[in-house]
Amino acid sequence: MSLKGKAYIAGVFEHPTRKADTQSLAQLHAESARGALEDAGLTRADVDGYFCAGDAPGLGGLSMADYMGLKLRHIDTTETGGSSYVIHVAHAAQAIAAGKCNVALITLAGRPRAEGMATGTAPRNYGAAAPDVAFEYPFGPTVVNQYAMAAMRHMHQYGTTSAQLAWIKVAASRHAQHNPGALLRDVVTVEEVLDSPIIADPLHRLDCCVITDGGGAIVVTRPEIAKGLTRPPVKLLGAGEAVKHQMGGKIDLTYTGATWSGPAAFAEAGVTPADVKYVSIYDSFTITVLITLEDLGFAPKGQGGKLVADGNLIAGVGKLPFNTDGGGLCNNHPANRGGLTKVVEAVRQLRGEAHPQVQVKNCDVALAHGTGGSLGTRHGSATLIMGRD
Amino acid sequence: MAGTARTIPAPPASPETQAFWDAARQGKLLVKRCTACGEAHWYPRAICPFCGSDRTEWTEASGQGTVYSYSVFRRAPIPYAIAYVTLAEGPTMMTNIVDCDLDAIRIGQAVRVSFKPTEENGPPVPMFTPA
Repeated sequence: MSLKGKAYIAGVFEHPTRKADTQSLAQLHAESARGALEDAGLTRADVDGYFCAGDAPGLGGLSMADYMGLKLRHIDTTETGGSSYVIHVAHAAQAIAAGKCNVALITLAGRPRAEGMATGTAPRNYGAAAPDVAFEYPFGPTVVNQYAMAAMRHMHQYGTTSAQLAWIKVAASRHAQHNPGALLRDVVTVEEVLDSPIIADPLHRLDCCVITDGGGAIVVTRPEIAKGLTRPPVKLLGAGEAVKHQMGGKIDLTYTGATWSGPAAFAEAGVTPADVKYVSIYDSFTITVLITLEDLGFAPKGQGGKLVADGNLIAGVGKLPFNTDGGGLCNNHPANRGGLTKVVEAVRQLRGEAHPQVQVKNCDVALAHGTGGSLGTRHGSATLIMGRD
Repeated sequence: MAGTARTIPAPPASPETQAFWDAARQGKLLVKRCTACGEAHWYPRAICPFCGSDRTEWTEASGQGTVYSYSVFRRAPIPYAIAYVTLAEGPTMMTNIVDCDLDAIRIGQAVRVSFKPTEENGPPVPMFTPA
């Protein structure tokens, strides 16, 4: 069964906070839910499907349904790290197409800054029962040094340069200057990226995303409901999801699960990369963007460096405008999980509601892609292709 | 020589991999190989990730390998090099490159195993040093 046209994104919301000293985690989820429902012109009582992931407190979906007082007939707590919410949109569409719910609410929230979490630079221990921990945790794997190993290998194998990676941050900063909510609004140059301190070779500080509190929410509905609402409806055209891992030790860090999720989404949508006017690409690090764009077919494998260089990702300048809100590199990376805000900016572009300085003309097809977990070990990839009615 | 100065957390014990850590205390690097499909895998499991068979057995590896990728974590209090090393037996494993000039590590470099002690008298873990 194809999902094309079976569900619409009716409401989106990006929580305005970037540091939530005065709000609880559950409160941030609920405030985000209110925002997206208000955007859609729907109410809490309309929600009959709820989606959340590992950032939700307590028993996740149960705790948040209790807090928000939701009456549900469908629940899905698929957890693939920061890509969860992109997958949730597809799963919501599946549930709607199967008649399991009419109005699906997806929420994300977190307060890593308020809690003083060492987000990308401390090894994460997922507990002794995780089968990989004994064979990885002693060696100090952090988020940043694992992604750095992917960058190092890509450079070795394909000649990708730090300057090419820096262009990704430059493009994000050029967009973020127009976003009053962005954490970092200063435009940076390639030289400034290269002059910033190395965190883990070959990644500099400015190759890394920001750490922010906040959250967001998405409302997905069946077509009849979306078309009766006041906001411009955004149609789901295609979706793909994939998991890539260490493959029993046959490790190849030069590609991601987007190699599989991308073609699945394009096939369902019936479009090609050439048809896509705007892309939201998960940008935990600059290298994440470069490898993902190759995997999605926007450049041949190994040629991503040429694609992203020289301003080619800058709206109004280059051929492939990306992350026009400033993305995770400059704007917002709530809860260390950037998938949801990727969908939000793609919806803004399709509605024609992005900032005028970065709005893509005639934006009729947009793509959002999430990567959750680590490029270096195991991650979930999710691709969504959306269009205007 | 910074790579060995930091404290290494002990790997948590599991009945599934006890034999690996017992061998590590003897300075031996074991790799799991499946007798059904013939593939060696990493990290070691009871059930083969390639064919699903439970006919996996421990075999002693040569300890020789090459660097697949690496990154020196400069921001750590004591910088260290995380790496993926491809063993002569086939699988690629996460590890550290130690006892060397961290700036001289290169992809493709030949390395050999060197077990390093862990906290609280935990079993030593397999790190690698230039061969």
